[in-house]
Amino acid sequence: MPATDDLLPPLPEFAAPGRVAPSLRGRVQWQHAEVVAVRRETPGLRTVRLALPVWNEHVAGQHYMVRLTAADGYTTQRHYSVASPPGDTGHIDLTVDRVEGGEVSGYFHTVARPGDRIEVRGPLGGFFAWSGDRPALLVGGGSGVVPLVSMLRHARSVPGTADLHLVACVRTPEDLPYASELASAPDVTVVHSRRAPTGQPVGRLTAETLAPHAAQALAEDREVFVCGSTSFAESVAKPLLTAGLPPTHLRIERFG
Amino acid sequence: MSTASPPTRGFVGRHAADARDPRLPPGQYDAHDAFPVLSAEATPEIAAADWTFRIDGLVGAPRTWTWDEARALPPSTYEGPIHCVTSWSKLATRFTGVSVDSFLDAVQPHPSATHVVAHSHTGYTTNLALADLTGGKAWIAFDYEGEPLTAAHGGPARLLVPHLYFWKSAKWIAGLRLVGADEPGFWERNRYHHRGDPWAEERYAGD
Ligand SMILES: Cc1cc2nc3c(=O)[nH]c(=O)nc-3n(C[C@H](O)[C@H](O)[C@H](O)COP(=O)(O)OP(=O)(O)OC[C@H]3O[C@@H](n4cnc5c(N)ncnc54)[C@H](O)[C@@H]3O)c2cc1C
Repeated sequence: MPATDDLLPPLPEFAAPGRVAPSLRGRVQWQHAEVVAVRRETPGLRTVRLALPVWNEHVAGQHYMVRLTAADGYTTQRHYSVASPPGDTGHIDLTVDRVEGGEVSGYFHTVARPGDRIEVRGPLGGFFAWSGDRPALLVGGGSGVVPLVSMLRHARSVPGTADLHLVACVRTPEDLPYASELASAPDVTVVHSRRAPTGQPVGRLTAETLAPHAAQALAEDREVFVCGSTSFAESVAKPLLTAGLPPTHLRIERFG
Repeated sequence: MSTASPPTRGFVGRHAADARDPRLPPGQYDAHDAFPVLSAEATPEIAAADWTFRIDGLVGAPRTWTWDEARALPPSTYEGPIHCVTSWSKLATRFTGVSVDSFLDAVQPHPSATHVVAHSHTGYTTNLALADLTGGKAWIAFDYEGEPLTAAHGGPARLLVPHLYFWKSAKWIAGLRLVGADEPGFWERNRYHHRGDPWAEERYAGD
């Protein structure tokens, strides 16, 4: 006889529930976006602002797919997080890291200019998303700051959203994206691994430097969003879990 | 599925359209030597000695295997491509493990079992049709390219279902529960497609 359901041990729960209702809408279609601005964010990061004919409001943290097509019909696609807040109706900002020999990031860094049209599809992903309903600690490394700044901008612009604190990890002060919004802000801690402004410490994010943020997250029952390379994500997640953060409170986004 | 897209001004692809590898499903690109890691949770450290694998649900003889018991089953190797929903594929991979058929043979699946909830030691879940796991199409993999699977890639053991997008190939596999209906797993509840066939480009809900 097959075992009946009530005799089965419950499956362990994965943790964190989704943040975007699956029934929100049907298939998200490709559309033609127009590049309206290209801004040099840092030596390695460029922000491309796109106007979208069809506006599907994202939840901060979600991403889009981008598809480029060559003259002979060859196409390639990649995924990019949205940096702009959901309230920036009709537009999304993508911030792209320059990758040596990168096919799509190379296009954004050397070719894209206002007036160009590219295909995009989104918003996508329902797990790494913050709607403003509960306090959170955000920890990003390099371009991993991108989806987190969307959350921070959302929190700053919409009254009544829960409290956020962003820890942004960069090599030098020149590598800090969105510097006018992130440098010396009370809701942001910038960690410099190679060179810091005078009077500020230099060094990677360690369990020790994370400790006060972890303690605050635990005390205030914050969710934690971690984004960056996989080595960055692990180096942040491990000490947080060791400090007692429940896995149900941890959401990680890796860019690959 | 897409119809022809207009060219993007100034974009020159890595190669000509007709040089695209026919082993790449639509929308995928070749990651070559890279093997990206995209899990949504922290990588757990699970010693082989502590790893277990269980099959239960609609089966006549639910069973749990230890590492040594699982490794004592006849080995089976997969050589071929894998495809991630984030658009990269690896065209030549080699995983060694045990065919899921060998495990299922031991538990007497009930005829009413149509679907499976694959679950991980982290609590990650993903749903599959039972037919996608049988007939030599799925493995419990222990080795990648002749080396023990690293923790970041799901070691000591992951599910391998290479004909579907790779989120179905649950890392740190803990068990399969045979059920009588399709129940969405972790990504499927987060708006990913229920089946995830890369050749039909079933990435997200509604595709
Ligand atoms: C959910 C998600 C969100 C993301 N968000 C962001 C974001 O906000 N910002 C961001 O910058 N990135 C983001 N990424 C990463 C992004 O999708 C791309 O992976 C990244 O931009 C690199 O793409 P590329 O085309 O420039 O590089 P690719 O062409 O894919 O190359 C990557 C690397 O592989 C090498 N390579 C690839 N093919 C070959 C070949 N044939 N021969 C030799 N070498 C090769 C390249 O030299 C390069 O070093 C995100 C990824 C995901 C999954």
